[in-house]
Amino acid sequence: MNGFFEILFSPDVPFIRNALFAGVLSSILFGILGSVVTVKRIAGLAGAISHAVLGGIGLALYLSATKIVPNLSPMVGAIVFALLSALLIGAVSLKSKQREDTVIQAIWAIGMSIGVLFMAKTPGYTDPSSYLFGNILLISSRDLVLLAILDVIVLFLAWRFYPQIEATSFDEEFAAVRGIPTQTVFLIILSVTAVAVVLLQTFVGIVMVIAMLTLPAGTAGYKARNLAAMMVFSTLYSLLFSAGGLVVGWALDLPVGAVVVVLAGLVFLSFATAALIKKKRSSRAPS
Amino acid sequence: MITEVPVALQFKDVAFAYPSLQILEDVTFHFHQGEFIALVGPNGSGKTTLLKLILGLEEAQEGTIELMGGSVKAMRPTIGYVPQHATYDPSFPISVIEVVMMGLVDSKSRLKKQELRAKAIEALKQVELEELVDRPYSQLSGGQRRRVLVARALVSNPKMLILDEPTANMDKESEGRLYSTLARLKGETTILIVTHDRLFVSDLTDRVFCIDVTAEGRKGRTVVQHALETIEGDSQKRVRHDVEISADFCAYPREMTV
Repeated sequence: MNGFFEILFSPDVPFIRNALFAGVLSSILFGILGSVVTVKRIAGLAGAISHAVLGGIGLALYLSATKIVPNLSPMVGAIVFALLSALLIGAVSLKSKQREDTVIQAIWAIGMSIGVLFMAKTPGYTDPSSYLFGNILLISSRDLVLLAILDVIVLFLAWRFYPQIEATSFDEEFAAVRGIPTQTVFLIILSVTAVAVVLLQTFVGIVMVIAMLTLPAGTAGYKARNLAAMMVFSTLYSLLFSAGGLVVGWALDLPVGAVVVVLAGLVFLSFATAALIKKKRSSRAPS
Repeated sequence: MITEVPVALQFKDVAFAYPSLQILEDVTFHFHQGEFIALVGPNGSGKTTLLKLILGLEEAQEGTIELMGGSVKAMRPTIGYVPQHATYDPSFPISVIEVVMMGLVDSKSRLKKQELRAKAIEALKQVELEELVDRPYSQLSGGQRRRVLVARALVSNPKMLILDEPTANMDKESEGRLYSTLARLKGETTILIVTHDRLFVSDLTDRVFCIDVTAEGRKGRTVVQHALETIEGDSQKRVRHDVEISADFCAYPREMTV
């Protein structure tokens, strides 16, 4: 543990510090967006967006390596694919509910396949696993700045439009009758989540982003009395899992992203089991 | 005289169709402010579509709809809507008072919490649930939840209250309390109850409209009014079919018709 703190403050090893900062900044997005994604029940949609992002990363890597678009950052490709898939999924969800499931699965699979195909044809060696499972060595200062900017935007939106977000999540039809543009709110939530997924995948990877958008919020849901409390608890849990994952990952030489998700999963399962036992006991208790 | 009272809702020659299905045609009816109306129709008759038109969630392809003398979109804030709310998610963390405060939210508002709370408590008193203010909404019975939704609709002091299937899955106690709330509101607030329950006519009801009639040569359904009468010694009102309409419209059981 002492070794971890030495490394953390060592000027020669910036990546652990960057990873910790990334964990702190990511926790705010996991907490707030995760709570909204959970109560709006759009985790499946967010999952499809996060996987489709690999298509954009693969395409950007290919275009950059073949000098068709020199120095094109994978993040640019990822953001373009994330937003396109978010808008497509959003439109299908709003206009053709009965096809939603098929379209989500198609976007999920096609996006990933495009990524794999372009990476296969990209000159030189490209390792998709660092994008799929995250790699804290890849976290740059620019990533941290972008995460901080998105944190500020998400915090502002959540504070300013909390009543509207709560109302559309709880009862969309009633919110529409009250004059809230529910479809616009839905598309904004999807788009912000899409951009967040791109920034968050550097920390835990594409495959596991969705776990961190649902598990801390799900855990928080067992104790929180309202959506605001769910956001706060979820952020704190994410912070705990991120820092814990970083320490355990460093100490045992394990991939940090996977450790973070396993920690989050274990805590969620403990809460779920405790809630189940409590429910069974109270149903057995004499009234 | 009731005809001197301003009109609350007016449909004129309204038609609505989904791409492959004509739902409503030639719908013309109106009722007045302060009236207690039951709009009855079996499942699949176009009741939900009609409700969506009144709430401004769908737009009619033909005809006009006037709410409180203005357009639906403009006058929608004067409506208090109580949905059936079958899609409620029990894991949504929210307290009773927060649900009620939602009735004051609009597209931009960030109202002061203390103000909202005071109004929400008043609305909960109207439905006799003020003792449950801070209770998690998920811990309530189905009937109590429906009454909380009535409070959410009442918190904005609506001119018209619209209730979708208000007594579905409701226990007798909650049903009784809901009726006592509606009885207190009657006259002051226009009340529209939309239901598939063809026996649903309480002694509060002033008029019954039926949405189960397809005119000859038409595909969409329309709305007709049915007369009511009180049978001596019985608090319930009975629906009496208009003479020119055959008895199977609205599918009332024989003993309910005169």
